[in-house]
Amino acid sequence: MAEEIKAGCARPTGGPVGEAIPESTPETAPLKKEEKRMIQVGKKAPDFTAPGYRQGKFINIKLSEHLGKWVVLCFYPGDFTFV
Amino acid sequence: MSIDSMFVHKMWDDHELSKMVDGGVPFAMLSDAGGRVGKAYGVYDEDGGVENRGRFLIDPDGVIQGFEVLTPPVGRNVNETLRQIQAFQLVRASEGTEATPSGWKPGKKILKPGPDLVGNVWKEWKTDMAFD
Repeated sequence: MAEEIKAGCARPTGGPVGEAIPESTPETAPLKKEEKRMIQVGKKAPDFTAPGYRQGKFINIKLSEHLGKWVVLCFYPGDFTFV
Repeated sequence: MSIDSMFVHKMWDDHELSKMVDGGVPFAMLSDAGGRVGKAYGVYDEDGGVENRGRFLIDPDGVIQGFEVLTPPVGRNVNETLRQIQAFQLVRASEGTEATPSGWKPGKKILKPGPDLVGNVWKEWKTDMAFD
């Protein structure tokens, strides 16, 4: 659960889990990709991994590791804004 | 979760948030560079390159029970989020036999949906209960 990340120069990334993001070349890439997945109440929350910071440590979080608990997932526009 | 890196999260916690909350933010501040997770949840604003104020309640089975999404200028009501979690926890504990009507707060009247309640909600629940 929440493995710790060793701080280095690389910027770790996360992303959705369980579905490959199709790679497309610029020639074939549509200008705006239609978002097919719909968020709906009563349906599974899309799983993801994400790097983060908690209480002095850099960690990696996976949503599905929190099964069995209630989770509040909040998005916000940016650090140093109000929440 | 925001598009900021975990390093910026640390700076924000160290330099500002820890002045509001003793010991800093107790929960994880997640980084979604590129907005890939935000896109999956429908909260990523392509034009602004940032994430809107989305809030998702996810139950112990990983199912979304509720969500709210606001544009950036208006902040959330945390008490309402807590109230909703308490309501969903009550309903879950009752295995669906109880429901919380409009305006419900812990300690207030719950409803037991069933044939006897049909057409009789007016006896159990008054409109002023939505507001107090």
